[in-house]
Formats: sequence, C-alpha cells, structure tokens
Amino acid sequence: MGYSGFRVIKEGLFGQKGWKPVWRDPEPKAEYDAIIIGGGGHGLSTAFYLAKEHGMTNIAVLEKGYIGGGNVGRNTTIVRANYFLPGNSEFYSHSLKMWENMEHELNYNVMHSQRGLINLFHSDGQRDAFARRGNAMINQGDDAILLDRDGVREHLPYLDFDNVRFPIYGGLYHPRGGTARHDAVAWGYARGADQRGVDIIQNCEVTGIDIEGGVVKGVQTTRGAIKAKKVGIVVAGRSGQVAAMAGMRLPIESHVLQAFVTEGLKPVIDHVVSFGMGHFYISQSDKGGLVFGGDIDFYSSYAARGNLPMKEHVMDAAMTLMPMIGKARVLRSWGGIMDMTPDGSPIIDKTPTEGLFIDCGWCYGGFKAVPGSGFSFAHLMATGNHHDAAAKFRLDRFRSGVGLMDEEGTGSQHNLH
Amino acid sequence: MRITCPNCGERDRREFYYQGDALALIRPLPDTGPADWDDYLHNRDNPAGDTRDLWFHEAGCGAWLVVERNTVTHAVHKATLAEKAKR
Repeated sequence: MGYSGFRVIKEGLFGQKGWKPVWRDPEPKAEYDAIIIGGGGHGLSTAFYLAKEHGMTNIAVLEKGYIGGGNVGRNTTIVRANYFLPGNSEFYSHSLKMWENMEHELNYNVMHSQRGLINLFHSDGQRDAFARRGNAMINQGDDAILLDRDGVREHLPYLDFDNVRFPIYGGLYHPRGGTARHDAVAWGYARGADQRGVDIIQNCEVTGIDIEGGVVKGVQTTRGAIKAKKVGIVVAGRSGQVAAMAGMRLPIESHVLQAFVTEGLKPVIDHVVSFGMGHFYISQSDKGGLVFGGDIDFYSSYAARGNLPMKEHVMDAAMTLMPMIGKARVLRSWGGIMDMTPDGSPIIDKTPTEGLFIDCGWCYGGFKAVPGSGFSFAHLMATGNHHDAAAKFRLDRFRSGVGLMDEEGTGSQHNLH
Repeated sequence: MRITCPNCGERDRREFYYQGDALALIRPLPDTGPADWDDYLHNRDNPAGDTRDLWFHEAGCGAWLVVERNTVTHAVHKATLAEKAKR
C-alpha cells in the first residue's frame, strides 16, 4: 500500500485506525535463493536492491533482534559525501545521490534533510587540508564551499569565534550534507523489501554457516536450518563472530562509539557542525534534541556502552565550540559496536567460500552508506561482479597493501582509526 | 574502567594507551610469508568475551602491560608486565 497526502488526512479524520503493519512476520522457509544475515540498514537495503534491481525475490533477511534495534536505530543520522580518496570518493558520491532519490524510491518519508554540513578548521594547515578535500569533492562532482571566518559566522553565529586556544578560521561547507530519520530508513527498506516478496525474519539468530567442499549450502539458526545458494554477511560489529562460523578471521576489531542526545529544544542548530580541534559533531533532530557524538573509546568492546573519558572529551569540546550548549541537559547517551578496519574504510567482497559474501568494516560511518552499500552488495551477490561504485572495497587490500584507503592519513593500523 | 598496573597499582583508564590484541607480542620472523604477516598486522579473533590485549602505561611507569579483560562487561581481570607475559 502506498502513502499519500490524501491518505494521511483521511487517517487523521478517522482516528489513525486504518494503518496496518508494513511488513509481514513470516516463518522461515526451508530454502531460499539467498539469505542476508543481519537486518540492519545495510542488510535491508541489500535485500531491497536484490529484489528490485536483480529480480531475486525468494530471499530472506535474518535478524537476531528486531528491525531498527541495532546501529541503524542508534546513530547520529548524518548523511554526507565529503570523502577524499579514490574508492571512498565515488562510493559516497553515489550513495548520496541515492539518498536524494530514496523517498521516491521507497514511497516512504525518511525525513532526509539536506541542511548542510560545516566542518570547522582552526589553523592555516587545517584550512589547506580542507581546501584540498573540498577540491576532491568538487572533482568528484559533489559540492563544497570553503568558508572564511565571516562566512561561517553567517551560518553559525552562536559559535565562540574568539576562543583563545582554538579560534575559528573558517569551515568547509557541504550544502548537500545533512541528516535523515534513521528508524524510517530501516522501516522504509524493510517495507520495500517485504512488498517485493522478501521474508524479513526477526528473532532469528544465525548460529552456524553450512559449507560443503568450499561451497556455502545454508545456515543454522535458532529457528532451524535454512538452505541457501548464496549467503551475505552484513552484521557490522558482530562481523568477527559470524565470519568465524565460516572459518574466517577478519581485519576487524569491534570498538565502542558513544553518542548523546539532549532534551528537546526549540530550533537552534540548523546544520550539521563538526569541531576541528577535538572530536565533536552535532545536529538537531526534528524532535528538537541536540544529537552529538565524538570518537570511539579506543579499546575493543562489545559492551554497547562507553567510559567517562570520551564523554568528558565530547562535553569539553562542545563547551569550547558553543558555550550555549551548557544550558541544555543531556537526556541519554549510548554506545554502538563499530566494526573497525585497519584503514578505516569498508569491505564489500566475496569470501574464499563460494557463494558466501561479506559487507562489513563500516567503522563509525555506516549510516550514510546504507543505500550505496546495499545497492553495491546486491550487485555483487547477484552478478558476482563488483559494482563500479564499490570496486575498491576489497578484503585482500590489507594483505597485499594495494588500494588501502586511509582517509585520515594516520596509518593503516587497528588502533589508529 | 580501571587497570591495576603491577608497578603502580590501580589506575584510571586515562593513564593507559591501548595498542590492541596481545598477539602483537608474537612477531613473525621476517621471512615468514605474507599470510602470517597479514594475520599479525590485520586479522583478529575479535572476541566478544575474554580477551588479552596490550596497553602502555603512558602517564605512569611507562611499562607495556598485557591486560586480561572482558569486552562485553568491561571487567578487567588482570594486568601483567608484557616482558613477563611474553609467549
């Protein structure tokens, strides 16, 4: 069933009683053409594009929890394409274009808001680095504007421009960057996949991967064995455990990333803003909460909660950049499990097992990649070939050293990203 | 999270720098093939549960420690000097 303005008004007149669940709750079948392990944003969009682009409708998404209950429902919702290196650059550019068409494609309001993203800089060296990044973005066909101090002031008058230690020199403005309603992205893809016949099976944890003679045959789950010709692993922070079921060790360490949200406030922050001298970035949700985060805690963790040092760092940076934030009260904080790769860039590739594919390593930046990752992974699973937009996300780049994408320029090593 | 350094006693996590999995202590021989070096540098067990990793007591005694802890609960079980824990 489609959505329309007329329908919204009609339901409003009759007590909102006509809305029905938008995806089924099917029992798993004995066999599918393909199984996606993981019903997060990437898994759901993979299933959606397998059905829509490749006509594969006899497929299932297996989710151990519930749809929208993982990182896709707990992130800072930022959508951007301000990457720099070949590989990342074309991928995120492609993904942002998909975002711009997502609501039409899904007939679902994901509240994608291209409110603009501003990365602040605080020194001459940083300005040069951001100018270079902006040029790379423009060369890729995306948008970037280098703002000077007065230019930033026009957009963000509430910042502390004269902070003695970290004066604001300017910012790199990415007008097409912004935010989206994260849950709606999961729900929209789930609904779209379900409409095309995909079985979305919740509360179904994969406990084993069946492999015979180097070929994948199916999976074992808490709801029984399911056969499949192709299996895609899309499980983010749990990639290590699921890959181990297929005898693989991955170039991944799972870390905790914290984020925070304040009580709802009147509109005050119109953009996505990041501080250049500490890990702090912020936007305001449509409900009014200030949503902000920092860097990972920097130790491997599955606790889904972090420690105090990073909380303090984030609050320090927030007060340094926008002292007005001290008036707001933090409502809650949380930690997500991030699948960190040595170079900080993702993996979409085949595995040594025939028919088994993996999409992982999105580190702390998976949300904006949801459409592009699903589209590219579906292409790989359906055709056996890498999509041009994600052709460089190879698993073997660490072993060979060829094609590493160290976006931060810090080195390709686990504890540096 | 607090870590009990064998030299300094129980200290705040802020004093320590996290290096990663303690397999860093088992460096392959230079002429070992690329697969072993790939395992050493990149591939990880990445356990959800008990783990052994290397921490540097940067703001303390400067010792490298092997810390046994749990990645799900953040409980720190034990820290030993890396020079003694080696192998």
